[in-house]
Amino acid sequence: MGEDKSEILQGTLDLMVLKTLDAMGPLHGYGIARRIEQISEQALQVNQGTVYLCLIRLVQKRWITASWGTSENNRRAKFYAISKTGRKQLAAETENWERVSNVIGRLLQLETRS
Amino acid sequence: MWTRIAARIRAFLQSPEFDEDFDREMESHLAMLAEDNVRKGMTPEEGRRQARLRLGGRTQLGEAHREHRGLPALETLLQDLRYAGRAMRRDSGLTCFVILILGLGIGASTAVFSLIDAVLLRPLPFHDPARLVWIGNRDVDTEGVSGETVPVNHYKALREQNGTFADVAAFSPFYRTGDDKLTGNGEPQRLTGLQVSQNFFPLLGVQPILGTQFSYEDCQFRWNSPKVALLSYSLWQTLFHGERAIVGRQITLNDTPVRVIGVLPRSFSFDSVFAPGNRIDIYLPYPLTEQASRRGNELAMIGRLKPGATLASARAEMSVLGPRIRRMDPDRNFQLLLSPLAEHVSGHLRTALLVLVCAVGVVMLIACANLANLILARSATRQKEMAIRAALGAGRPRLVRQMLTESVLLSCCGAVAGLGLAFAGTRGLAQLNAFRIPMLDSLRIDAGAVAFTFLMALATGVVFGLIPALQTPGAAGGGLKENARGASQGRKQHWIRNTLVVSEIAFACVLLVGAGLLIRSFLRVLDVNLGFQPRMAATMRVDPGAQFSTRALRNGFYDEALRRVRSIPGIQAAGLTDVLPLGINRSWNCGAKGRPYTNSNLPPPIFVRIVSDGYIRAMGIPLRAGRDLAESDAASSKFVILINENLARTLWPGQDPVGQILACDKDREVVGVVSDVRHLAVEEGSGNEMYIPIRQTGDYSSVDLVMRTTVPLTALALPVRRALREVDPTLPANEFHTLQDLVDKAVSPRRFVVMLLAGFSAFALVLASLGIYAVVSYSVSQRKREIGIRMALGARAGEVQAGIVRQTLLLAAAGIALGMAGSWALGRTMQSLLYGVTAGDPITFAGMLGVLTAVALMAGYLPARRASRIDPATILRAE
Repeated sequence: MGEDKSEILQGTLDLMVLKTLDAMGPLHGYGIARRIEQISEQALQVNQGTVYLCLIRLVQKRWITASWGTSENNRRAKFYAISKTGRKQLAAETENWERVSNVIGRLLQLETRS
Repeated sequence: MWTRIAARIRAFLQSPEFDEDFDREMESHLAMLAEDNVRKGMTPEEGRRQARLRLGGRTQLGEAHREHRGLPALETLLQDLRYAGRAMRRDSGLTCFVILILGLGIGASTAVFSLIDAVLLRPLPFHDPARLVWIGNRDVDTEGVSGETVPVNHYKALREQNGTFADVAAFSPFYRTGDDKLTGNGEPQRLTGLQVSQNFFPLLGVQPILGTQFSYEDCQFRWNSPKVALLSYSLWQTLFHGERAIVGRQITLNDTPVRVIGVLPRSFSFDSVFAPGNRIDIYLPYPLTEQASRRGNELAMIGRLKPGATLASARAEMSVLGPRIRRMDPDRNFQLLLSPLAEHVSGHLRTALLVLVCAVGVVMLIACANLANLILARSATRQKEMAIRAALGAGRPRLVRQMLTESVLLSCCGAVAGLGLAFAGTRGLAQLNAFRIPMLDSLRIDAGAVAFTFLMALATGVVFGLIPALQTPGAAGGGLKENARGASQGRKQHWIRNTLVVSEIAFACVLLVGAGLLIRSFLRVLDVNLGFQPRMAATMRVDPGAQFSTRALRNGFYDEALRRVRSIPGIQAAGLTDVLPLGINRSWNCGAKGRPYTNSNLPPPIFVRIVSDGYIRAMGIPLRAGRDLAESDAASSKFVILINENLARTLWPGQDPVGQILACDKDREVVGVVSDVRHLAVEEGSGNEMYIPIRQTGDYSSVDLVMRTTVPLTALALPVRRALREVDPTLPANEFHTLQDLVDKAVSPRRFVVMLLAGFSAFALVLASLGIYAVVSYSVSQRKREIGIRMALGARAGEVQAGIVRQTLLLAAAGIALGMAGSWALGRTMQSLLYGVTAGDPITFAGMLGVLTAVALMAGYLPARRASRIDPATILRAE
């Protein structure tokens, strides 16, 4: 599946999951995985199980919360929602990400010119 | 950070719940994914299959999830422990054996550790003990305790004039068990009292739990001021039943009223620090008067350094102050020796304890070598299991870790057993009053000892587990193949095993030599000609009461008491003395009458004993010339004296001493010469001794009755007591001691070390012989096929046996050669503990050689016999 694709850094996946939950509201693990795939337009096809490792980590850090609920298709599923500290973390990470990508972007531009 | 750790711990503790939750989540994920796939047009089966592929390996995912949320290191450890537990149960015989060996070894280590802790490491139970300094004297003109103490005036001068000590306190070491008589509180009792300076307890930082310290007034000894005393905690508990009202009450001590002003705390024990094996009941102020100063050297001193002062600065000051004080009294030698108090109290035991530490360390090393061998032998049988585990994906570090977990688990079990053993052992030792070792009563297993035990267990487990663990093959070891033990692997293991056994034998050899030397010394000490016969003799304190107030009355008391005691059936001889051997000693400088002595040519120091007629017969001291003292050597008759052979040689070499005049307290005619008595210590030769008739002097402070009997001593106590009560009804119910007790107590520290070391080396010997046996029988079982073939080809059973025994002896010889060198080095360091034997004592070394060779022969012969019974036919058929 995604073995030959570039590995997603742990922190990046965290950020993606947090942003997804922030934008879409509570979602189950399958939903999150599908959403990330859709947004990335299949560029980031991951082993879907990996999402769960990220989810348990975020739950343990109390950035997201988990509870069992019922899905749109009337199926029992575990729903994840971003928490207050999670939002704060998201804001911080976003800022950080933008700064880093700005720097990288400028750097890469430099390289193409020379 | 912390929330994550807390969450991880929770997840670890509730692992099953989390697993179930995760499983359900995975199910729902799969179901949803499969539905979507069906919606995309797949068949339901294909949908599910694709879903499973998409999600990833279920087992790995679960494993990763567990690792992510829980405590993976701990989880592995628990898994290893569970596995180790199963392995231990499977080999329950071996497990029990290993735990037993480890328990004995670790228990011994812990006991020795707490002994060292109590005697050497733990600070003395006083306030800021590091600043306390023992101030001894070395008066080369006198001997015994007299030579180590100072007179009152010197003490006072030192205390006032020094600048490095915050204060200097003193006590009088010239006390004897049962010096003081307590009456008016039930049966008359003998107590042991200690006289101390007023500042003694404040200097040590000891506060009475009831009442007050001695006041300045209490110590002035004005004729009309009341006498006061402080009680020890144990006396307060036993004789006064812990009554708080005791403070302020009068008791009658030595027939005079004394007011109890306080009770000292339970934690304070003068005896366990300064006089192990004795018991001090009551503390009295020492009279720091002119009159007391004339009595000569009587005080031992302890100083507390001022903040900032060091022992070196105190020594420097004393080297100036000492000579100045000496000028006060030029006749009296005065040379101050300063040492830290802790050093004075237990420094002399350091070598002995160090030897014990080495011994126990060596025992542990032997135990480790032995267990390593055992585990190695077992790991050979487990090779296949390990190979399977390796093939299933366990890395080599993982397998090594598993093996180490097993050995550490074993050693921890051993530690628990050892702790129980050490606990019982130290409790027993602490309660024994039989050993003259300071601070022994504070011996216990505390948190430090428990921590030590488990560190020890951990270290032991790693040490004996590491060698076998490193032998585990990696996945590439190819151990799965039938008969896979390649020749190289076998030879390497063989080599390791032999090395282990050789080192075991070497260590055992060192221990045996050490124990042998000490046992031989101990026997030599017991064998010493003491100059008196300790067997079948008893002593009892019989100080005359206050009603015998004049010398005439006292002499009457002695006459009557001796007459009545001698008439008891079974008593062969009876006599009186003021000092018993192996206790306190005092000496005077006396010379032959008419001989000129000067300050640079002082008369020799002579030990003084005040005795009655019959004493030397009761003690069993042989009379060499002249006559014994007689009842007729009384106050009014000619002054006479007995001397020992040593003094006769010193004063009148080559002449007949009988009839010569000795100028001591009076001019006394020598009427007899007796043989030398070891008065100072069993190991020390006797000096000059003289025996003054008790009826011709008043210069003694206690009286002991000595009796030689033909009947058991226990049958004697009652009639003797009854006979004495007829003469003096106020005589306390005194304890009976045998002379043998005195001797036993004097050699008790030696006995203590000998007993422990002998125990250790016996244990080591057993371990070493087991080690040899295990290795030889293992190699026999490995070589079964070879032996079978050789026998089929015509080798005789005897040849096979001889070969194996030769192999054993070769191992033993290598071990003994190494051990000899080690023991030779050890013997040097033990020199100070030896008596009558040299460090290279040939008998000890020969004995060790004999014992080890015999043990090796035994351990090799059993497997050899088994080998010789191998039936070649069976072996060949099995091929």
